[in-house]
Amino acid sequence: MSEPVIVFLGVSKSYPLYHHMGGNLKHFLFNLPNALKLMSKSRFSVLEDISFSVNRGETFGIIGRNGAGKSTTLGLIAGVLKPSKGSIEVRERVSPLLELGSGFHPELTGRENIELNGVLLGLSRAEVLDKMDDIISFSEIGEYIDQPIRTYSSGTMARLGFSVVAHLDPKLMLIDEVLAVGDLAFQDKCMKKMQNFKENHVTMVLVSHSPETVETVCDRVMWIDNHRVRMLGEPKEVVAAFKEAMH
Amino acid sequence: MNNRFNAFDLSHYWDLIVVLTSKELKVRYKNNVLGYVWSVANPLAYALVFYIAFKVIMRFNMDNYAIFLITGLFPWQSFANSVGAAPEVFVGNASLIKKICFPRSSVVLAIVIQDIIHLTLSLPVIALFLLLFGSSPSLSWLYGVPVLLLIHALMTFGVALAVATTSLFFRDMGKITGIIINLMFFFTPIMYAIDTIPAEFRPFVNLNPLTPLMANWRNLLLNGYIDSTLLLLSMVYAVIAFLVGNALYRRLSWRFAEVL
Repeated sequence: MSEPVIVFLGVSKSYPLYHHMGGNLKHFLFNLPNALKLMSKSRFSVLEDISFSVNRGETFGIIGRNGAGKSTTLGLIAGVLKPSKGSIEVRERVSPLLELGSGFHPELTGRENIELNGVLLGLSRAEVLDKMDDIISFSEIGEYIDQPIRTYSSGTMARLGFSVVAHLDPKLMLIDEVLAVGDLAFQDKCMKKMQNFKENHVTMVLVSHSPETVETVCDRVMWIDNHRVRMLGEPKEVVAAFKEAMH
Repeated sequence: MNNRFNAFDLSHYWDLIVVLTSKELKVRYKNNVLGYVWSVANPLAYALVFYIAFKVIMRFNMDNYAIFLITGLFPWQSFANSVGAAPEVFVGNASLIKKICFPRSSVVLAIVIQDIIHLTLSLPVIALFLLLFGSSPSLSWLYGVPVLLLIHALMTFGVALAVATTSLFFRDMGKITGIIINLMFFFTPIMYAIDTIPAEFRPFVNLNPLTPLMANWRNLLLNGYIDSTLLLLSMVYAVIAFLVGNALYRRLSWRFAEVL
């Protein structure tokens, strides 16, 4: 079970400072020499020389201050960002848990949104339609599933989002601060589902501000501080050190 | 390049196009009949405005000016709608692009296909107006329409993809695109015929990449024939548009999540 699913080797990520161009074409063209110089020179570093690996079936937590580079790390795992330096290997299909309602269209019904979301997440239409009934019953939305999603409450929408991801046979889940969804009963259901994933050796990478969640759920925790890995290991030790540094 | 990002799975791309296009269609026609009516009302309203301005007020000397306008305006609006929507396509899907690794070009293609489907659904309306004004649709539509639709789709997709991609890096592209579309409308023979252009300017009219395609749409819809020189020229322009759009997209798509 210790086969690595994610391997980061000496990964750095820096962004060019696009804002310097003023973000519009007029400004860019009128300051062309300057804009080109700025684009090639000034870069803003988010991650520096990060190396870690996540094994199959592991629940891996990432903590750190705001802007430490946690979300960038998730973006790199998901493959939406490209590292500036170093190499990244991801050996499974990635299922990101989306923020509330993103990837849903308000005018479509719940059912139509499940299909849209499932295909966007990398499944085929046939697979999604196959699991439609399970998703609907897990979400507890009932007959409202054929209503446009703009009539849903935010809690209901979050429930639908989690239900889709949870039923699409995830192999590697990326979870970004979205555990607080729905009412308490549904949160409980989510936690059970995640427990279930754990038993089925689904790999999970969890980013959180809350050290408590990370400590209870994760097998290992990485603390990113100042764009680098400050500490990586047992949740208890890392979280304790993190808490101390925060005070 | 990140190989996972370029991994291209045709059957999944197809599924994506199906769900994204049906999303666009459902949103557009959500009140079914009424949605359709509104969609054809726009080019018809333009036709009415130009008819009043040029035929009634300025006494433009042309027979059948009403159907002349209609057969030009529907294809133009289809192109203009897709390209006009392009600047918002990626920005509007920011949360998806930042989280999920899916082929981003599919959202642009879905919009283009949606407008193509709509143009096809508008053909009965055009035919109706032809009959109303004593003309009739030609049998050559059967092969002409698919051919022109294909070129139209390629051209629109190329331009829309280029506009959508660059507008992520330059946020004023939306406004610029609007202005350019307006300018192009008047430089393309839509509300006037090519032979009304003064002779000294006529050699330049085909330098406008949209002229051959739009002129052929009118040739086909109004007179039932396709000009083969214009057809060839429009194909060349469409392929160039597609290659440019695709090249821009390929070079810049990995940076989309960075700039959103």
